[in-house]
Amino acid sequence: MNQSDLQSKASWVWRETLAIHRRAPETRLASSLSSVEIFVALYYGGILRFNPKNPLDTGRDRCIISKGHGSICLYPILADLGYFASEELHRICEVGSFLGGIPDPIIPGYETVNGSLGHGLGVATGVALALKSKGSDKGVFVVAGDGELHEGACWEAIMFASQHRLDNLHLIVDNNRISMLGYTDEIVSHGDLNGRLTAFGWDCGEVDGHDVSAVQAVLARQKKTATGKPKALIARTLKGRGVPGLENAPLSHIINPKPELIDALLETKS
Amino acid sequence: MSLQPRAMRDAFLEQVWEAMADDRGIFFVTADFGSPVLDKIRADFPDRFVNVGIAEQNLINISAGLALEGYTVFAYAIAPFITMRCYEQARVSLALLSEVRPMNVNLVGVGAGYSYALSGPTHQCYEDITLMRALPNFRLLSPADHVTAQHLFHHCVGNRGPKYLRFDAQALPVIYERKAPDMEAGFHVHKKGNRMCLVATGYMLHTALDVAERLAEKGEEVGVIDLFNLTDYAVERLASALMPYIGVVTLEEGFRGRGGLDSMLFEFIARRNLQSRVLNLGVEPAYRFELGSRAELHEKVGIGTQSVLNRVRSFSESLPD
Repeated sequence: MNQSDLQSKASWVWRETLAIHRRAPETRLASSLSSVEIFVALYYGGILRFNPKNPLDTGRDRCIISKGHGSICLYPILADLGYFASEELHRICEVGSFLGGIPDPIIPGYETVNGSLGHGLGVATGVALALKSKGSDKGVFVVAGDGELHEGACWEAIMFASQHRLDNLHLIVDNNRISMLGYTDEIVSHGDLNGRLTAFGWDCGEVDGHDVSAVQAVLARQKKTATGKPKALIARTLKGRGVPGLENAPLSHIINPKPELIDALLETKS
Repeated sequence: MSLQPRAMRDAFLEQVWEAMADDRGIFFVTADFGSPVLDKIRADFPDRFVNVGIAEQNLINISAGLALEGYTVFAYAIAPFITMRCYEQARVSLALLSEVRPMNVNLVGVGAGYSYALSGPTHQCYEDITLMRALPNFRLLSPADHVTAQHLFHHCVGNRGPKYLRFDAQALPVIYERKAPDMEAGFHVHKKGNRMCLVATGYMLHTALDVAERLAEKGEEVGVIDLFNLTDYAVERLASALMPYIGVVTLEEGFRGRGGLDSMLFEFIARRNLQSRVLNLGVEPAYRFELGSRAELHEKVGIGTQSVLNRVRSFSESLPD
């Protein structure tokens, strides 16, 4: 996809995510809006190899979602790509649906458990080690939030990955700087996260996480280079992006915008 | 020729080492914990041996990742740490994920009960049966000697899913001198009795056999059962084995009345409508800091041979004729 196609795909996913939340208010909107461009770059930007007909195809790149709540925007993408029927998007959080408020690994396209935070990177690191050990050229991509980097297990994996030179491992941090109760800088700051990851032996890039082309470009470059270092991309993002009252609000994780506001936004931005 | 006492971990790891030569699908991961046999594994299979360092959460996550890609994984650490330090990793990335993905991860925990007698309560482990049996999909294996431990290896390779093996840290006398117990049954009847049966797991089987022998000297024959598979035993066969007894005594090197072996037997007996009364013997729930030999510590917490003997005798007197 070219830059303008990526851009319009991102706008479409943003609207779909709002529409999903309008129908299923149990879904987490704000943290799903900060990761829209990340997923669009991964799935439409030629970064990931995947097979919707056989989601666990061994020829796929593994995409492990660690911030489960904040990946509702992936639902429309997976439906669009043919992982499941688009009608399923209208049954989210309904009895009998496999699409819940927090995604589960029964959803075609989801690899692991992600409702509990701070597990994805460690499991992904094990997957990356397995692929290296088999001589596979497949990559492992993890989408994590900055909030969950408070979990110590993440740093156990971060140390391990550089020790084992897992340059097939990509960590994408949706760095919206807000966890549930406020700004991470005011809770336990990650300080210079780029510097920290670099100091831990990672090849670290940083980008405006809402510039889908920029995200795509950095991921593509990182994927091509084999430096012997695991790769991190810090995506500077805004929680609740584009929704007045929600965007960058410290309590955005638990705020549900009024249905009328969502309707008005969908009206004006369509 | 009688078999010499041997550490369970060495007997088990010997099997892993032998299998790794032919089977490239086995990975061994440790949280900086060793054994003499482990040295052979790391020397001979450096590409499939990984030390994650003192990081049990990562031990589980790395193992889960390897298993997702098809490896049969053995993850190795001290028992309290491989169960409790990383409990949520075991829950989320093994118990939960194995519900929908084929995975074979075997947690090998060394130091069940009081095996690390002199290391104090951080290294002793009295909660693991309770905790690990709470996790669906986990199999819980608790051998009493190295022969059983050795045979469990094939059980681990042949059965997918997460497992927890609770190994004693000490080289215990061999119980299964001539023949390993039946892995399919999950338990072994050592002796039949008249009115009472002792059901033990792990190290406590040794105490049970000792107590049974002393009672036999006084004319009371009690049954002894080794329950080494705490999750997948042959239900009907165990029910028949327990049927004749009016008294069942559970023996575990774990907290008493906190959901361990005793709870299993209470539930089992109630569910099967067996008429036995149950005396549950285990560690009185408290953390203790006294140093002593394992036998001394056991007497202090109510599971030493003498304590058990006394309590079984009173229990016997309380039973109807």
